[in-house]
Amino acid sequence: MSALAQPRQPYAFGASPCGGLRTTLLGADVILRTSGALWIEQARMLVVADLHLEKGSSFAMRGQMLPPYDTRDTLARLAAEVAAAAPQAVVLLGDTFHDRTSEARLAEDDAQRLRDLAGLTRLIWVIGNHDADGPQTLPGEVADELTVAGLTLRHEPQAGLQPGEVAGHLHPCARVTASRGSVRRRCFVTDGERMVVPAFGAYAGGLSVRDQAFAGFFSRDPLCGALGADRVHAVGWRSVAGD
Amino acid sequence: MADAAATAPDLLPERFAGWFEDRGWSPRAHQLDMVAKAREGRDALLIAPTGGGKTLAGFLPSLIELSERPPPNTPQGIHTLYISPLKALAVDVERNLMAPILQMGLPIVAESRTGDTGQARKQRQRVKPPDILLTTPEQLALFCAWEGARLYFENLKCVIVDEIHAIHASKRGDLLALDLARLQRFAPGLRRVGLSATVDDPDVIRRWLACASPAGQQDPPPPGEGDREAVEGVEARKKTSKSPSVGFAHSSPRGGASGRPEDTIDLVRGPPGAAPIVDMLLSEGRVPWAGHTAQHAMEEVYETIKTAKTALVFVNTRFQAEFAFQELWGLNDDNLPIALHHGSLAAEQRRKVEAAMARGELKAVVCTSTLDLGIDWGDVDLVIQLASPKGASRMVQRIGRANHRLDEPSRALFVPANRFEMLECQAAREAIAENRFDGDPARVGALDVLAQHVMGCACSEPFDLLALYDEVRRSGPYRDLPWEDFEQVVDFVSTGGYALKTYDRFRRIVKGLDGLWRVRNPQTAQRHRLNVGAILSPAMLTVRIAMGKSLRGGRKVGEVEEGMLEMLDPGDTFVFAGQVWSLVAVTGMEVLVRPATHKDPKMPSWGGSKFALSTFLAKRVRELMFDQEHWKVLPADVREWLEIQRDRSLIPKDEEMLLETFPRGKRHFLVVYPFEGRLAHTTLAMLLTRRLERLGAEPLGFVCNDYAMAVWAQQPLDGLDFDELFDQDMLGDDLESWLAESFMMKRAFKGCAIISGLIERRFPGEEKTGRQITFSTDLIYDVLRRHQPDHLLLRCARDDAATGLIDVARLGLMLARIKGRIRHAALDHLSPFSVPILLEIGKERSPGQTGERILAEAEGDLIAEALA
Repeated sequence: MSALAQPRQPYAFGASPCGGLRTTLLGADVILRTSGALWIEQARMLVVADLHLEKGSSFAMRGQMLPPYDTRDTLARLAAEVAAAAPQAVVLLGDTFHDRTSEARLAEDDAQRLRDLAGLTRLIWVIGNHDADGPQTLPGEVADELTVAGLTLRHEPQAGLQPGEVAGHLHPCARVTASRGSVRRRCFVTDGERMVVPAFGAYAGGLSVRDQAFAGFFSRDPLCGALGADRVHAVGWRSVAGD
Repeated sequence: MADAAATAPDLLPERFAGWFEDRGWSPRAHQLDMVAKAREGRDALLIAPTGGGKTLAGFLPSLIELSERPPPNTPQGIHTLYISPLKALAVDVERNLMAPILQMGLPIVAESRTGDTGQARKQRQRVKPPDILLTTPEQLALFCAWEGARLYFENLKCVIVDEIHAIHASKRGDLLALDLARLQRFAPGLRRVGLSATVDDPDVIRRWLACASPAGQQDPPPPGEGDREAVEGVEARKKTSKSPSVGFAHSSPRGGASGRPEDTIDLVRGPPGAAPIVDMLLSEGRVPWAGHTAQHAMEEVYETIKTAKTALVFVNTRFQAEFAFQELWGLNDDNLPIALHHGSLAAEQRRKVEAAMARGELKAVVCTSTLDLGIDWGDVDLVIQLASPKGASRMVQRIGRANHRLDEPSRALFVPANRFEMLECQAAREAIAENRFDGDPARVGALDVLAQHVMGCACSEPFDLLALYDEVRRSGPYRDLPWEDFEQVVDFVSTGGYALKTYDRFRRIVKGLDGLWRVRNPQTAQRHRLNVGAILSPAMLTVRIAMGKSLRGGRKVGEVEEGMLEMLDPGDTFVFAGQVWSLVAVTGMEVLVRPATHKDPKMPSWGGSKFALSTFLAKRVRELMFDQEHWKVLPADVREWLEIQRDRSLIPKDEEMLLETFPRGKRHFLVVYPFEGRLAHTTLAMLLTRRLERLGAEPLGFVCNDYAMAVWAQQPLDGLDFDELFDQDMLGDDLESWLAESFMMKRAFKGCAIISGLIERRFPGEEKTGRQITFSTDLIYDVLRRHQPDHLLLRCARDDAATGLIDVARLGLMLARIKGRIRHAALDHLSPFSVPILLEIGKERSPGQTGERILAEAEGDLIAEALA
């Protein structure tokens, strides 16, 4: 825990009817949704990061036969989000595919699910380190990064303070401790100026927000939005343990 | 039994007879019996108590055979393979075996091979096998997954499985049985020998050990054909013919289609040995109401230790071990050498204690089940059991640790920690005196283990599907394996066994043009070999002393299970390895600690191994309790406790279950006494509280121990229909819906995923930490459950959870037993029986001295109230 003087004003946040957590990011209204998607109100934009589609088959190629249902599971949750929120655009914030040959391994019905999504809304692929080439045959726009509502959307968070940045890549997770024990959940992490969003993919692992990889990102102890069963829980830094 | 003196000269070569004579020994009848069985080429199971020369009896036939062998021109391969469940035991037996070999000057090479054996020696053993190899089930599984396994074992004459009672009813036992079937295939003339401690029903072990094929050939598919076609046509084929099974030539006539499999294993019994003397320690003649530590009796325990040469003090959990050790040292004015031995201590530290004990330097060792099994550690003449033994068989094993001379009785002392335990100790004493033991439930081989074995077979050499099916069914646990299950397992090994067939191109094992299945490539085989074994230990963190200000780890203090420290924050204190430590940090796989400056640990306990009360002993406790004539043997205060219970509430009959309801404070309690162990009670409580919620009874909490379960609510609970509440149908939908979400299913799934090879524990060059595995298997579990709920591994996980983690099987038997036999006592205040369980409420949540004081006060109040 930092011993430095902290800005005194507490984080402002509130509940949204869908179980999400309503807050502001550099002045822009956003909702941290239970699914792990970020809603940017002004642009009616849904941001999801690190889908890691075809991670299962990537392991199967090397002889570990993980259940091959991760892609359809992830896409079904994304389709449900699109149906619920009716966004003007969906941003896939990088590492949408687990590796460079994932797209070729997509089952036809899964590929169709993606095409259906693109038919319903604007689909924007921000490219990441796992899928630097962008989609080969699937529809949608491709971008390195994107500026919207005063926010910069990119895959990999950049070092130091980056006001206005929304990124993925790190798969943030928080171990939350209370007197009855502790749980580890995927989470959003933000200081009100920048944000790292959780991984959306069914098989994506997680990295503790207490890890060195997050050091120097935030101007003060950040707030975690931990994904619960039907709501996002606002968790103070004090309650987040290391792994 | 034949007269030993008369037959000895016929059976024993001169050199051996002379060796016995030189030592002033005469061969025991069961040792000669084992030689006779070998001469007849029969498989044999020897059941004998500790100290009966059991190990020598097992090896004697092999030593004789090897001594009579003409000097070979070429290396002949392994003659006898000895399997022990404990690494240390394999090494110990190697040492003991060298004595007769050297003393008789036999030209026999005997060597051990365990996970700890150096690479150079392992390499040499592969090139130049010893005559006798002593090893563990895991090493054998690894052997069987090597290319060339068939050649390596083709001259094998005998396999000896030691401590068979401790391994047969487990996944390790499943794997070992499969590997024995494999060895039999490599060396059809192989003879099987089992060595076991005294058990309730030897036939269970004989069935496990037998290599007989299933009686009456259960519709094996016809030979020659491959798999897919065979698979699809299996229904049609079932009708076609009773075709012979494929090419399994067994040399002897055992294992025919008629007769029971166990009949192929001859039973040899050792002498019973002198009956042990088992006493019970009643501290000043009084037994406390509750608690598990027996703290009240420590001074007397200490005094008793003084009277012994070397005493083993057995406890049931690591916490109890740490606690008792501290208490004894607090009393140790004479500075007696008292040591501590449990599974969380560093291996070097344990080895040191064992060596000191072997040298006779220790007065007492406080230990857990780590010292249960067969190694001879010095001259123990007293076994003290702190708190209840939980089962008669384990107790007999432990008592056997004292005195390895058969003709003298072992001496043991029970120290019950509370009143129910006192009843339990009394029941155990009586069972031991009558020579009665806990029975093992029948076991069916686990499919995740079979998956690992099938992969291992493919790594070793190409296999024919039907031949392998035939071979697998010659192992006890898989004798009744349905073809459909086998087929599903092979599909799982190959492609993961998913309804969505997208992995066919990534098959781990593939069928060649010759119709045989083989591993896809050498890398896949290598990775499999790194992950062989069916032991699942929880991820262990290394505890080290923190050095300086940087977070560097210094000396290793021991290992703790991941999860033990979840409740602790840096700065918190806890007891470990007999000392109080302060937690500095947890970094990756290391826990950094410093010696604590103050001595009140925040967390005095953590879960170690916790045995459930055996069904057999539970029944005896119920019988003892119900039989008022029997109460005479009990101490006065316990008798009085039972009498007040009888007058205030009631004493249930043997098969009945007592259910009490009463108000206390602002709460209303419902307490039942099924005596089925904490696991089964916890499952019962989870299911019952769901039902009570549905009935609108608004339960607020529950607590369980080995004997009882209590639920409480804000409103009275006595108006309910108890027969309906405890109906067996709670094991239907309620169980399913609870189980699907429960962490126990996830934990069981993780185990199955690792054993079956879905998840790899180890990659070449890197070790996955337990935490990484936890995270990914939970995700996999969720996805698989949503998309293919009938998948093989979910079935395995469910079976495991039902037997091991939540004891559903036992709960089911209990619900059937008490159906229509619930005796309800509606009381206006708590009963004497309910005091121990009510004292458990809040106990787990109030660590430290303050909590103890509060409890002591609360205990005084409660007891006064119960007796008022």
